[in-house]
Amino acid sequence: MRQAIVWLNDPLNWTNPGGILDRLGEHVTLSAGAVALGCLVAWPVGVWLGHRGRGGNAIVVLSNLTLAIPVLATLTILPLTAVGFGRPAVIVALAIFAVPPLLATAYTGVREVDPQTRDAAVGMGLSGGQLLRRVELPLAVPYLAAGFRTASVQVVATATLAVFVNGGGLGQIIGAGFGLGMVTGGGQILAGGFLVAVLALLVESGLALAQRALTPRSLLRPRRLTGAST
Amino acid sequence: MSLPRVAQSDNPWFSWQYLENNPDRILGALTEHVSLTGQSVLLAAVLGVPLAIAAYWFRPLTGPILAGAGVLYTIPALAVFAFIAPYLGVGAGTVVIPLVLYALLMIIRNTLTGLVQVPAEVRDAAQGMGYGRLAQLFRIDLPLAVPGILTGLRLATVSTVAMTTIGVVVGHGGLGQLILGGFRNNFFRAEILTGTVLCVALALVLDLLLLAAGRLATPWARRRAAAA
Repeated sequence: MRQAIVWLNDPLNWTNPGGILDRLGEHVTLSAGAVALGCLVAWPVGVWLGHRGRGGNAIVVLSNLTLAIPVLATLTILPLTAVGFGRPAVIVALAIFAVPPLLATAYTGVREVDPQTRDAAVGMGLSGGQLLRRVELPLAVPYLAAGFRTASVQVVATATLAVFVNGGGLGQIIGAGFGLGMVTGGGQILAGGFLVAVLALLVESGLALAQRALTPRSLLRPRRLTGAST
Repeated sequence: MSLPRVAQSDNPWFSWQYLENNPDRILGALTEHVSLTGQSVLLAAVLGVPLAIAAYWFRPLTGPILAGAGVLYTIPALAVFAFIAPYLGVGAGTVVIPLVLYALLMIIRNTLTGLVQVPAEVRDAAQGMGYGRLAQLFRIDLPLAVPGILTGLRLATVSTVAMTTIGVVVGHGGLGQLILGGFRNNFFRAEILTGTVLCVALALVLDLLLLAAGRLATPWARRRAAAA
């Protein structure tokens, strides 16, 4: 424990190349890339499926299946395929696990729009596209925000594992500590674990606040939205 | 003069020869994986179900228990390894603790959902028939909550199977040992894919087993489905 505090208090451990600030930057870049890629793929598909009201079962099957795939497997397999080694492979590997929560919440969000609201919109002469843009999407925002939060927290947590394929991120600090052995590296292991845990909890609480701010008050009262779907 | 195509791709994704040459290593990894997963899920259930019952009996505790489990779920497993490894060393026990903490939330949340869904009339009837708190729990509430408990167990089992691979960081990752071993052994594709396929297959088999166990444990649900 003392060792960890000493390690964290050494300014060189923060600013050195490959120090905490570098690793933090890598971690955030990897996570942001993965979540962005996940949103880019999952949101259009989820919203479209929700709009058409189809594919609900397929989404459930997909999320159960990805639950069973180890992150370690995608991290090690992807670099050996056409994706190639380097950062893109890590980002794609993490994005795979961001897709199910994003897809499921986008689908549910659009699906959960009150049928009467939808009828009224159609009765007012809105076309399918207008209905989607002006009615269904705005009403689905709280769900999209909840899915974004779940996916982000999950990706930030799993990005730690990039260390196994030398992909960078805060996990690298823990990995280096294990490499030094318990006696000399123990403090560094603890410090790395502490940093990762704090980052995950910060992202979780920050996004929880953002989600609350994004949700219109009128939607907040009648039904409580819970973030994670697991 | 050209070599046959097979000789060029010397690193196939699947190879019988690898399976034939390494049965002990593969079986050992699989056994370790099953044992680690089993211990973790069992421990998580032993801790999680009573916590869910406590949250069910004492409503003010529901928020703190769920929030606490949520925090434990959010902390990355590798960070938990980092917290405990300097104290507990690098044994198989070190792998179980993060897995338990990770599985806890799924079990608590789903057990609680199952308990809360017990119809109020049924609870009233049980109290009217003179059931005490414990008798009601064991003979009414818990049996009716079996579907919820089972959902939690299945979710926890499937994700723990995947999560166990992370144990490679302390050398006890079960099938993860094959996956990362293959990666480090000059990107040996057959070993990586064998580990991955076995891992996913194990998750699916355990999931189906739990589903079957649940069917056996709730015969009334089947009868009701047949009548409807």
